[in-house]
Amino acid sequence: MQGSTVDESQTLNYSQTEAAAQEEEHPDLRMFGVVLFLVAESMIFLGLFSAYLIYASVMPQWPPEGTPKLELLLPGVNSIILISSSFVMHRGQSAIKKNDVSGLQFWFGLTALMGAIFLGGQLYEYANLEFGLTTNLFTSCFYVLTGFHGLHVTVGLLLILFVLQRSTRQGHYTSEKHFGVEASELYWHFVDVVWVILFGLVYLL
Amino acid sequence: MTTSAETSLSEQEEKRTWTDYFTFNTDHKVIGIQYLVTSFIFYLIGGALAAGIRTELATPESDFVSPELYNQMFTVHGTVMIFLWIVPAGAGLANYLIPLMIGAKDMAFPRLNAVAFWMIPPGGLLLMASFFVGAPQAGWTSYPPLSLMTGKAGEEIWILSILILGTSSILGAINFLATILKMRMPEMGFFDLPLFCWSMLATAAMILISTPVLAAALIMLSFDLIVDTSFFDPTGGGDPIVYQHMFWFYSHPAVYIMILPFFGAISEILPVHARKPIFGYRAIAFSSLAISFLGLIVWAHHMFSSGTPGWLRMFFMATTMIIAVPTGIKVFGWCATIWGGKIRLNSAMLFGMGFVSAFLIGGLSGVMLASVPFDIHVHDSYFIVAHLHYVLFGGSVLGLFAAIYHWFPKMTGKYLNETWGRIHFVLTFIGLNLTFLPMHQLGLEGMNRRIAIYDAEFQTLNIICTIGSYILAVSTFPFLINLVWSVLKGKKAGANPWKALTLEWQTASPPLIENFEEEPVLWSGPYDYGVDVSEENDQSVQELLSDVKADMS
Ligand code: HEM
Ligand SMILES: [Cu+2]
Repeated sequence: MQGSTVDESQTLNYSQTEAAAQEEEHPDLRMFGVVLFLVAESMIFLGLFSAYLIYASVMPQWPPEGTPKLELLLPGVNSIILISSSFVMHRGQSAIKKNDVSGLQFWFGLTALMGAIFLGGQLYEYANLEFGLTTNLFTSCFYVLTGFHGLHVTVGLLLILFVLQRSTRQGHYTSEKHFGVEASELYWHFVDVVWVILFGLVYLL
Repeated sequence: MTTSAETSLSEQEEKRTWTDYFTFNTDHKVIGIQYLVTSFIFYLIGGALAAGIRTELATPESDFVSPELYNQMFTVHGTVMIFLWIVPAGAGLANYLIPLMIGAKDMAFPRLNAVAFWMIPPGGLLLMASFFVGAPQAGWTSYPPLSLMTGKAGEEIWILSILILGTSSILGAINFLATILKMRMPEMGFFDLPLFCWSMLATAAMILISTPVLAAALIMLSFDLIVDTSFFDPTGGGDPIVYQHMFWFYSHPAVYIMILPFFGAISEILPVHARKPIFGYRAIAFSSLAISFLGLIVWAHHMFSSGTPGWLRMFFMATTMIIAVPTGIKVFGWCATIWGGKIRLNSAMLFGMGFVSAFLIGGLSGVMLASVPFDIHVHDSYFIVAHLHYVLFGGSVLGLFAAIYHWFPKMTGKYLNETWGRIHFVLTFIGLNLTFLPMHQLGLEGMNRRIAIYDAEFQTLNIICTIGSYILAVSTFPFLINLVWSVLKGKKAGANPWKALTLEWQTASPPLIENFEEEPVLWSGPYDYGVDVSEENDQSVQELLSDVKADMS
């Protein structure tokens, strides 16, 4: 009965014109979605970090006796590369905001390169460590934490490469419309911040 | 009921065919029904396992199945009921209702939504497949070191399955949050939101924050299981308590993830069928948020006997008791809502009132368990089983049935049959109490949970439980018959069969593909009852409301 007050002509009108107009009005929520997704991602890392902190505080000695000391030079340099890559990447976004696609490509390309160096450095470090995954609780934590983070760097790198490939299409990214650029950049910053915490916990604590 | 305008429009629109329900469809209504039907199938599987468990427990010896198979049965039963029935069923309801309730055409991310649904069948089938390699035996909690010692293959399959289902749940939550926060029709403020949306807001926030921590725990458990690290294995220097903390950081919120959607549904159903405004709208809305926040800081009440230090037990005892307050506020609000209402005692309302009464019992035993000295005595006994089934079966499942009876006319355009519905309710309610009430006694007398063999002195009560569980098993048949019969031959329901005020009732039943043929009008609050229909246009809402007030006093 509620529907009976509807005037037929009005309804038809609405469905043809206003509906089309509304389609446009629907705001773009994709960035909001990415932020929510990153909240979930942070919670995974927070879970792992908390476990690590509990171990560090309840074990009589941390790292357990006999754990070889970690070398700081290589991971230190690596950290600097990763952190600066965030700033480099941001210039890419600034470029596309001015509709400068080749600027975007340059800065994103550089970021990808720096990310790849980071990953290479990480693998090099793994190859030269004197302990393995199962040596003791600390080393297990070390590999799982850095490995899980490395996985995220890899995903971030793939996202950047994807954006680069897309940017070769004419007019794919414009000053108005560049969700892919924004999303991959936010993800990369996230991966960066996680690294800073991880570095502090595992290498410095 | 349907007008010429409606019919002519729906004829123009593309029609849904049954095959759509088997495809990667992005319509939130299709996805909602996919969730509900899939999870219901898993409910039948989980129910069959429960019947097996109760059959074994009819006698003190282990005679119906071997102890190993018994372990597998209760592990898979718990996992199915939680991760494949109640959680996805709640997500299904939310998918169907949220966009309709807020006047939107679809969810914020329709494709993501479909992806989230399509992770459920593989996750579920994977879990079922574990029976071929020896299903997991460590219970739905999967505590190490037990879970590391009872069959690697089954345990790893369990982990993978939960990771898939958890990811699905997170993706769903992202959608719910974005939709409720950003897709409301422009004139709808937060305090015009139906309470179901508030409860889903709270649920989704909890999912987003807690589920990833479970994923972290399971990743670490996988390493222990497969490559012999020892995060949780004390023999290798690890600490199983860390797993318990991580697990319950998810799984306590998970119990609220399983009940909040149905709190929301009940807050919709009771006012409609009592023809009264909800009592304490804001109190109920905010109590959902309070539960969501407090629910994140009570987890260690599951660990009172895990060597948790005294000061920590004090903290968690206090927070756990505090969380009963927002829960109590809701129960109070519901009782006050139906008090003195013109109650329509149909199946939806019967299940709704059954929900309130059974949940109350579970809530009260919960408060008892919150007290450390009491909990230490009954932890891991049948008292816990009684508690969790009163809240999960008496709460979530009855709430879900209430929701199905209430929204079935919207989803299909047909009423469910009332006679079958009442038979269903009576059998369910008797079965529920017969099965789970004696378990309180069993627990107090010291019968352990998760054990196939028990002391002969407990047999009488166990037989009562088993009979109750068979009644529950039987009770599904009237429901199934009702579903099939009503879809085929049920009485036609119009757009608004219950004369309800939330927006989903402003469109045809079933709704058109993009939900509303005309822009929905927010002409009253969601619960301004007493006003049955929007009569003449020239009568303002104010006038209608004052009519109602005169009518009620
Ligand atoms: C009034 C609020 C509640 C309080 C104070 C409460 C308290 C507790 C406590 C202290 C335990 C641990 C008992 C033990 O293992 O020794 C427990 C177990 C449990 N509760 Fe509640 N609870 C409440 C509501 C709920 C709700 C709403 C649900 C789900 C819908 C729920 C589901 C469970 C489950 C599944 C377990 C058993 C977990 C397991 O060990 O397998 N509870 N509850
Ligand atoms: Cu709990």
